[in-house]
Amino acid sequence: MNTSENNVNEAPQLSENNIELEQQLAEKTLAQKALKAEYKELAIQGLWKNNPGIVQLLGLCPLLAVTATITNALGLGLATLLVLVASNATVSAIRHWVPKEIRIPIFVLIIASFVTCVQLLMNAYTYGIYQSLGIFLPLIVTNCAIIGRAEAYASKNPVKQASFDGLMMGLGFALVLILLGAIREILGQGTLFDGAHLLFGDWAGVLRIEVVKLDSQFLLAILPPGAFIAMGFIIALKNSIDTYIKQRQPKKEKATIERVRVNFDS
Amino acid sequence: MAFWIASSPHNHNQTETSALMRLVIYALFPGIYAQWYFFGWGNIIHIALAITTALLCEFFALSLRSNSKKINKQLFDGSAILTAILIGICLPAVAPWWISVIGAAFAILVVKQLYGGLGHNPFNPAMAAYVMLLISFPVQMTSWQPPLHLMNIDLNFTNTLTTIFTGFTNEGYSVEQLRTSIDGFTMATPLDTLKTNLNLGFTTLEIIQNNLFSNTIGPSLGFAFGWEWVNIAFLIGGLILIAKKAVAWQTPISFLVSLFICSFIAYSLSPDTSASPLLHWTTGGCMLGAFFILTDPVSGATSVKGRLIMGALAGLLVYLIRTFGGYPDGIAFAVLLCNMTAPLIDQYTRPRTYGHDIDSNKG
Repeated sequence: MNTSENNVNEAPQLSENNIELEQQLAEKTLAQKALKAEYKELAIQGLWKNNPGIVQLLGLCPLLAVTATITNALGLGLATLLVLVASNATVSAIRHWVPKEIRIPIFVLIIASFVTCVQLLMNAYTYGIYQSLGIFLPLIVTNCAIIGRAEAYASKNPVKQASFDGLMMGLGFALVLILLGAIREILGQGTLFDGAHLLFGDWAGVLRIEVVKLDSQFLLAILPPGAFIAMGFIIALKNSIDTYIKQRQPKKEKATIERVRVNFDS
Repeated sequence: MAFWIASSPHNHNQTETSALMRLVIYALFPGIYAQWYFFGWGNIIHIALAITTALLCEFFALSLRSNSKKINKQLFDGSAILTAILIGICLPAVAPWWISVIGAAFAILVVKQLYGGLGHNPFNPAMAAYVMLLISFPVQMTSWQPPLHLMNIDLNFTNTLTTIFTGFTNEGYSVEQLRTSIDGFTMATPLDTLKTNLNLGFTTLEIIQNNLFSNTIGPSLGFAFGWEWVNIAFLIGGLILIAKKAVAWQTPISFLVSLFICSFIAYSLSPDTSASPLLHWTTGGCMLGAFFILTDPVSGATSVKGRLIMGALAGLLVYLIRTFGGYPDGIAFAVLLCNMTAPLIDQYTRPRTYGHDIDSNKG
């Protein structure tokens, strides 16, 4: 008897537990979906819609100065990517303990220490690239794209999302650098991946591709003015792709309100 | 009866863009003829190449704008052809063929059409293309040949053509050999020679003993051989333009006066280390720049006072670049810098509106 009573008593409890569990599960799946959507949004923002290179136009100084070859562009792009991910993660991890009034100096300190780490690492392992990047490697500290992300996103969001945002923004920036480097290297010297062994070690010497044999270098493409012109063309291309996509999308019909004019005179 | 009231202007000047451009092109002919006489067929071949490229690029850009009815009229309004001719004139006669092709394409596509086409370009397309070529291909763009009469290789039409397209004459001489004189020295332009030798410590008087400077007028006057007639021919063409009122007289006159004053001051202070004002007037692209390039109605200043200021500024810049700059001639750089200042100059030299004070005009 006892057991049966117990069973009777337990049954509603179990079902209540089940309902709670189900609710929790549903909430979890919803949260996961929301998280997935957020990650997707972050990726789209970083790589295309809000690309630091061609939309925000941040960090133009290294973008224009060192992208004479793909190798240089890749070196700077990777360095910036590393710094961006690490600084975003750190800023996000300490966001509850940073007083609002002095957050900017703290962000700068964090970024500067990561840049120093990257600089020392590149000095040790990729000395050739370290030399050809020159002053633009330590100048990553002043890259507005990095402090912009720290301030706008990382200081308000959890570590995972913040590091993912850093990864996507850094990738977007690096892709623009590589594209610009490729255009300028082909136009200027007719090669691709010239000097890749400086970045990846001796085996990478085989990566060098001679696209066209040029009798003389096209100096304009190698000099900074050429970078400005090429950058303009890339931005124009991006905008024209955007307008093309917009045109392809079906137009939403606006709800028109028809009014009857009431005219007492007539 | 309806009384027809028309607002001013009542008297229309029935000139079109194409008519003006045609006049400017005709005025260039004496100069092109003089260039042909002294430097051979090279420039004419480059002009032909540049015109072909410019028309193709112009057609491409205009067809992108998709007003297909107007294309024919805009394509042959003469502005692209004039730009191409100016580029062809500026180039060294034996420069490779792709120099004029790249130059013309850059001038039309980037400098002219990307900014919105005829009447919207802030820079003179021909000079922007020339500067682009000069900083991109310094070797090819400075391989000036000496006048034909000083060369020991016969540079006829076919020889020039093969040199432009292959880099060698029919007999197999390279561009470097074409530029070498009998003594084995590479001959440069007079301005280049002047600059190098002044840096080496020679005096102007010693430098103009060089046969580049002895000329058909007289050996000791210090003109640059060949270049003086080219410049005089462009001067004649320019005077025709002014007489026909196709260009305003203020820009060229103030440019030439300013260049004369600058070089005259230097020449009277230290005649040993500076070129005479007349040499400044008759070498390089002086007259071409004064009458055909600075007077560009699109990229230059528009008010009378503004034109005077811009011409004077250009003269000063040309003198400074020729004397202290890294390049021997500075017309193109001076023109681009002046084009940049033109909107500002126009802003401050706006003429008084009829019936208003100058002060009330500002508000």
